[in-house]
Amino acid sequence: MSVRAMTAPGHESLYSGGMRSWLTTVDHKRIGVLYGISALFYFVVGGVEALIIRLQLASADGTVVGADTFNQLFTMHGTTMVFLVLMPLSAALFNYMIPLMIGARDVAFPRLNAFSFWTFLFGSLLLNLSFLVGNPPDAGWFGYANLTSKQYNPGMGIDFWLLSVQIMGIASIASAVNFTVTILNMRAHGMSLMRMPLFVWMALIVQVLMLLAFPPITVAFIYLMFDRFFGTHFYIPDAGGTPILWQHLFWIFGHPEVYILILPSFGVVSEVLPTFSRKPLFGAPFMIFSGILIGFLGFGVWSHHMFTTGLGAVADTAFSLATMLIAIPTGVKIFNWIATLWGGHIHFKTPLYFAVGMVGLFIIGGLSGIMHASPPVDIQQHDTYFVVAHLHYVFFGGTVFGLFAGIYYWWPKITGRMIGEGLGKLHFWLMFIGMNLTFFPMHFLGMDGMPRRIYTYAADLGWERWNLIATVGAFVIAVSVLVFFVNAVRSVRAGEPAGGDPWDGATLEWTMSSPPPEYNFAIVPVVNSARPFWLHKFGPTRDISTRTREEGTPPQPDTPPERIDLPSPSGWPILAALGLSLVGGGALVGLWLVLVGVAVLVFGVYRWAFQPLERLGHPTFGPAPGGGR
Amino acid sequence: MNRERSTFLQTLLAALPLLLMGCGAQGPDWRTLQPVSDFGRLGADVYDDLIWWTLGILVVVELLLLYALLRYRSARSESEVPSQVHGFTALEIAWTLVPAAILFFIAIPTVRTIFELQGAPPSEDALEITVVGHQWWWEFQYPELGFVTANELHVPVGRTANLTLSSADVIHSFWIPQIGGKRDLNPGSENRLWFTPTEVGEYYGQCAELCGTSHANMRMRVFVDDSATFAEWAAAMQAPAIPDSAGAMTFLISGCAACHTIAGTPAQGKVGPDLTNVGRRTTLASSLIPNTPEHMAGWLRSPDSVKPGALMPDLNLDEQRVNELVRFLEGLR
Repeated sequence: MSVRAMTAPGHESLYSGGMRSWLTTVDHKRIGVLYGISALFYFVVGGVEALIIRLQLASADGTVVGADTFNQLFTMHGTTMVFLVLMPLSAALFNYMIPLMIGARDVAFPRLNAFSFWTFLFGSLLLNLSFLVGNPPDAGWFGYANLTSKQYNPGMGIDFWLLSVQIMGIASIASAVNFTVTILNMRAHGMSLMRMPLFVWMALIVQVLMLLAFPPITVAFIYLMFDRFFGTHFYIPDAGGTPILWQHLFWIFGHPEVYILILPSFGVVSEVLPTFSRKPLFGAPFMIFSGILIGFLGFGVWSHHMFTTGLGAVADTAFSLATMLIAIPTGVKIFNWIATLWGGHIHFKTPLYFAVGMVGLFIIGGLSGIMHASPPVDIQQHDTYFVVAHLHYVFFGGTVFGLFAGIYYWWPKITGRMIGEGLGKLHFWLMFIGMNLTFFPMHFLGMDGMPRRIYTYAADLGWERWNLIATVGAFVIAVSVLVFFVNAVRSVRAGEPAGGDPWDGATLEWTMSSPPPEYNFAIVPVVNSARPFWLHKFGPTRDISTRTREEGTPPQPDTPPERIDLPSPSGWPILAALGLSLVGGGALVGLWLVLVGVAVLVFGVYRWAFQPLERLGHPTFGPAPGGGR
Repeated sequence: MNRERSTFLQTLLAALPLLLMGCGAQGPDWRTLQPVSDFGRLGADVYDDLIWWTLGILVVVELLLLYALLRYRSARSESEVPSQVHGFTALEIAWTLVPAAILFFIAIPTVRTIFELQGAPPSEDALEITVVGHQWWWEFQYPELGFVTANELHVPVGRTANLTLSSADVIHSFWIPQIGGKRDLNPGSENRLWFTPTEVGEYYGQCAELCGTSHANMRMRVFVDDSATFAEWAAAMQAPAIPDSAGAMTFLISGCAACHTIAGTPAQGKVGPDLTNVGRRTTLASSLIPNTPEHMAGWLRSPDSVKPGALMPDLNLDEQRVNELVRFLEGLR
């Protein structure tokens, strides 16, 4: 399209600068890249943990690792994939794309954004430090009390786990506040809530879920921390405490967490399918309201994780019916996605492959979820490999495929370069085949009575064949991830320049160069449609012969017509994050280190609060006096 | 490009029936679908209802998705755009209401069965059994019959067994797939589970809630006996014979009695499994190993290498002592 040529050349300088500039950056795009790289690194770490698990289970009476190591591996695999991979990978896309999609120059609180990232990173390092001291946590990512009590788990593993997840929770809450404010207050003129892209809508719902779901898990962790550090008895039955309290608190967080993990992927797919079908999203208002409904109902279903706990027939019935209700808005989403493809001109690019793969695989995970909504069926499947299959169809088929759709879709925007289609499709096919090979047979294993979290099983149970197939599948997935990294490196080194609008996009992020300039928008756009750039390119009518470019949002000019001031880089957020992590990590070493951490935290926050905003030296762009470029 | 697209679609199309064939080929063998009690039967019946709804929806929706991809793959130039349909409210309301209607067909058997399973208490003449979970073995108490055993549960066919479930340490979960769904053993509170076995046989089960190092090794067997066999077994448990009093002395002086009980002897320890009539059991060490003199000796020499983390200490028994103990224990039948 000729429109493409009109966007400015890419601003590669966005990523230049030394280590110092990365440590002090407050640019949402650079922070997004930091989140993305960290998440992909941990994706490899969590993946290697999974491969060892699969090797151990490839045959009966496996001897690759011992019982304790195996328990540590699946605990770290689960914790890593949830808190260190899927959440930060979503955060990477949120950080980079949300301001670009709503017409903002940055997030509402750029330094808080940096603080969130560094707090997450230090928290994740603290968790993995447990490997170095030889005592990773081993009570599962769900850490049911009272197996986590000092009596039954005297080592430091659980302490590493509960402290680091709390630290990362602070990062999540800070970033949830930041993005809620950003989305509600920093949209460009004319972008009403109903004109907001679906990805941003799903992001907004996720932020609200995080704000409401992290407090209960924080309470649960503080109780556990008091039990372990100060000898209280919240979860100790011998002293009148109740371990089941943990289950309630954990799942009041844990079930909304499922939607925190899947809704970003729903958002990505709702952007990718319309772009590559060259149609608007079918029934966008239905999609928005079904997303809100899913988030809302998500808080009322936690006990469907507890049908075997023995809560009684009435509780089981209530939570069963509430869970079934979630199928309705979820079904609406699936049907609307198919209707978006229906009647379109579908272009089979890699992002579309992953988006369609996400829809196809998520259907399987969703339907097995309906089976779990029925307690008489669930009490057989609960804590078996059937659930392992279900949750991986949701989180791998759903979230990972959806986020890869987003990575391939926005890769040209972020890097300024196209990423190989051939290798991209190879990545898709290997991952699609590997994923089904790994996780589909787990349905059979679960139905045949194989529980989760067992490091060994007897040969005479007949579980070897499907386990071996699952292990082969896991290695196919590993190869697919390798293909992705090769593709990524090739693209960054020698990819074709992407231009501003490689996919003929409809939303604001495509109106600017790739990578975007530091200030995002040379002119803050005025928005008069849910598809402002499409409107500019194709006009308001359905008849394309009467195309007009008078309306809609035009591409961004190369240089800003007026002076633009951006926030100064700041080292104080990383210092505050370091202080906070020292408080947490110090709890494992001694009081003195906690006090050092408090001092660093207070100093960092103090300097941050009083950092002069108006001092010369902050980046400015454009023609006004004192302008930088 | 076109060839590439059709490969994409053909592969997707081929994958689905293959997966379904996988289900069909394996289905009949799955333990959870081979119930041998009324409790398991009720759950399996709901599963049978649900699986057809879910497979039906799966096939229809995946085929719609594939059809849309196949039918609307673009062969047109990039500058053409399709008709810009933004939505169709009537259709969207329809695919909100149809799944809601289907859910009724899932919800009705679900709720009915929940109350059938948990609503009414078991019959008066049920056999009372108390199950206590331990790291990592099962204790089965028969309070009415006056004895205790471990890891191998015996129940008579056709009579309701009423289980009271609790735990001595952490949360465990009682699960014998062919008997039916699982129920947790919570420390500090009691759960109930009752079932009426319908078929004589030996059934495999194991702990289903992560309970520490040897969670995977916390296995058990359930023997559904005909009434005569059960009566014979219960009588033997109530009046155990101690054929070898010298062996009993070895058992006592070796320290075993600190943790284990053998009815009819001074050994009354309560920490470890009750070993009354242990020679009659088919397996040892929470159903990990067959009950043979060789395996028994191996267990006595080094419990931890059989069951990692086992709380039974290595007593550093010499070979002669091991042999005496094996002879004694295997003789308890």
